[in-house]
Amino acid sequence: MTPTLPHSESGLLEMKAARQHSRLTPYLVNALALALAFTLSVALGPVFIPPATLGRILFSALGGLAVNPAWPETFHTIVFAIRLPHAALVVLTGAALGGSGAAYQGLFRNPLADPYLIGVASGAGLGAVLAMAIRWPTTTLGMYGVPVAAFCGALLTILLVYQVARVNHALPTTTLILAGVAFSSFATALTSFLMMRSSDELRRATAWLLGGSILSGWEPVLVVSPYVLVGLGVLVASGHALNVLQYGEEQAQQLGLHVERAKAVLILAASLTTAAAVAFSGIIGFIGLIVPHTVRILWGPDYKRLVPLSTLGGASALLIADLLARALLAPQVLPVGIVTALAGAPFFLWVLRKSRSQFFA
Amino acid sequence: MLEISQLTVAYGDHVVLKGISLSVQPGEVLAVAGPNGAGKSTLIRAVSGVIPAQAGAIRVAGREVTSLSPTERARFLAVVPQARQLPGAFSVYETTLIGRTPYLGWLGQPGARDHMLTRWALERTDLAGAATRHVGELSGGEQQRVLLARALAQDTPVLLLDEPTTHLDLRHQSGILNLARRLASETQRAILMVLHDLNLAGLYADRVALLAEGSLHAIGAPEAVLTDENLAAVYQVPVNVIPHPEYGTPLILPNGRNGNGQHAWREG
Repeated sequence: MTPTLPHSESGLLEMKAARQHSRLTPYLVNALALALAFTLSVALGPVFIPPATLGRILFSALGGLAVNPAWPETFHTIVFAIRLPHAALVVLTGAALGGSGAAYQGLFRNPLADPYLIGVASGAGLGAVLAMAIRWPTTTLGMYGVPVAAFCGALLTILLVYQVARVNHALPTTTLILAGVAFSSFATALTSFLMMRSSDELRRATAWLLGGSILSGWEPVLVVSPYVLVGLGVLVASGHALNVLQYGEEQAQQLGLHVERAKAVLILAASLTTAAAVAFSGIIGFIGLIVPHTVRILWGPDYKRLVPLSTLGGASALLIADLLARALLAPQVLPVGIVTALAGAPFFLWVLRKSRSQFFA
Repeated sequence: MLEISQLTVAYGDHVVLKGISLSVQPGEVLAVAGPNGAGKSTLIRAVSGVIPAQAGAIRVAGREVTSLSPTERARFLAVVPQARQLPGAFSVYETTLIGRTPYLGWLGQPGARDHMLTRWALERTDLAGAATRHVGELSGGEQQRVLLARALAQDTPVLLLDEPTTHLDLRHQSGILNLARRLASETQRAILMVLHDLNLAGLYADRVALLAEGSLHAIGAPEAVLTDENLAAVYQVPVNVIPHPEYGTPLILPNGRNGNGQHAWREG
C-alpha cells in the first residue's frame, strides 16, 4: 500500500511535467492577439482613430487628468459611446461562444458539438422572430423586446430538452443530443413559418438569425456581463472534470467524479452563457466549433487550458470577423454570422489539413 | 479486504446477480470466470458503484461503501477497464495522474503527493520511460498497463480488473497478468479480476470464482473449481482438464463435442 520513495532519475520527469503545466506562452499569445484585435476594432471604422491617439484618449479618461485634448471632441464620443461598448459586447459574445463550445465538445465527447447543439440557437431564434412577428410593444421593453424574447426562448428550450432527456436521476448524453436535435428542428420550422407569415419583417429576422444585430451602447454589455462572466468562470474552473469525462461517464464515476452533478453544472453554465450572448447579438455560427478545435490542434487536449484559451480565442476571432463585417461592404454592415461562416470554414479546413496528427482526444 | 455479501443486482425485472457472496484478501488475486452473460462484468460495475445494487453489502477494509459518494468510493476501489477508446491525445503521465481525481478538488490541481504517487505508479508498471508519450501511440498491451498505472495512482486497497487480457496477444497477456500478480503481493492490494480465459485464470489466480446465470457456482483454489464436472455444468459443453506440465494448475482443453456429447466430424 505505501509507496516507496521515488528514484532520483524520476525527478527529471516531474520537472518536465511541471514545465509542461506552467507553460504560459499560449496565454500570452492569445492575450496579445486579443489586445491587438480589440485595439483595431476600436480604432477602425468610418472615422479612423490612430492607436496612439486612442491610447491617449483612454489614458486621460482613466487617469481623469485634465490634459489639453489634442483630438477632436467627436473622437471621445465615438470611442466611449460607440466603439468601446460595441467591441466589449463582441468580446463577451465571442468569449461565450468559444468557451462554451470547448465545454460542449468535452462534455459530449463529440467533435461536432457546438454551443447550439442542444437547441439554444433555435430556441433563441424562435423567441426573437416571435417577438418581431407579433411586434412586441416597444413601450414595455424598448429595444430589449427581441433580446428578452430570445433569452427566454433559449432557456425554455434547454429546460424542455433537459426534462425530456432525463431518465430518473441520470441524463443520458445520447438522449440529450437527440432531444436537442428534434426540438431544434421543430423550433426552426416554426421560426420559418413565422417568417413566411410576416414578410415585411423577413429581412430583419434573417439578419438576426445570421448574427446581424449586435446591439449598441453600454446597457447590453452590462446586462450580458454577469451571465457570461459567471458562466465562463464556472466553465474555466471545470477543466479537470472535462478531462475526466474524456474517459467516458462510467470510468469518470469510477475515478471519483460525481458525473451527474458535473454534467448538470456544465450544461447549465454553457447554456446560460450562450443564451445571454446570443440574445444580444443574434446567432453567430462557427466560432464555437472552430476556435476550440484550433486551440486543441495548437496546444493540446488538456481542458484546463483548452477552455480558457478557447474563451480568449473566441473573443479575438469574433472581433476580427466583426471588423470584416463592417469593412467588406462599408458603409453597409454585414451580419457577422455570414463572415464567421465565409472566413471560418475555409480557415478551419486549412487548419485541419495542416495538422497531421490525430487531434481530437 | 473486499467483502461482498448477498449482492443482488437487477436491470428492471431481470435479475443479473443473485445473492453473490465472496471476499478477497490483501495480496490475493481472485479470478471471476463464467460463460457470456453470467454477470461477470455486472459484478464489477455493481461493486464499483456504476449500477446500483438491489440488496447486499460491499465492504472494503471493514467500511461499507455502497452508501458513499462516487468520490469517497473511488478512494476504496479502483477499476482497470479494457483498453479501448482511451483518449489518445493525453500523455501517459497525464492519464496516470487522472487516477488522483478522488483526492483532488473540483479544480483538479495536483500537489506534490499526487505527482509522487503518479511517478511511483509509472515505475511499478515499467512505464517511467514512456511518461511523455501520447497514449494513442502505444500498443494495446502498453495502454492496458497505463490503465493499471492509473488505478495504482488511485491508491486504493482494492483493484477491480475487467477482462484485462482481451484483445491482447500471448506475450502481452502474460505480461499484464504477471504484473497484476506482482502488484498484488508487493503492494498488498486485493485484486478481483474478470477473466474469460480459464487457462490464464488457473495459472495466475489464487482462487477462482465460477459464475453461472448470476449465481456463484463454485469458489476456491483453481484445481478445486476448474474441474471437468464444474465446467461442463456451467458452460454446458464437455471439456478435458489436464494438469499444467510445469505447475500442475488446471489446463482446460476443448473436448470437441457439443452439448449433447456428439462430434460433428470425428469418430470415437
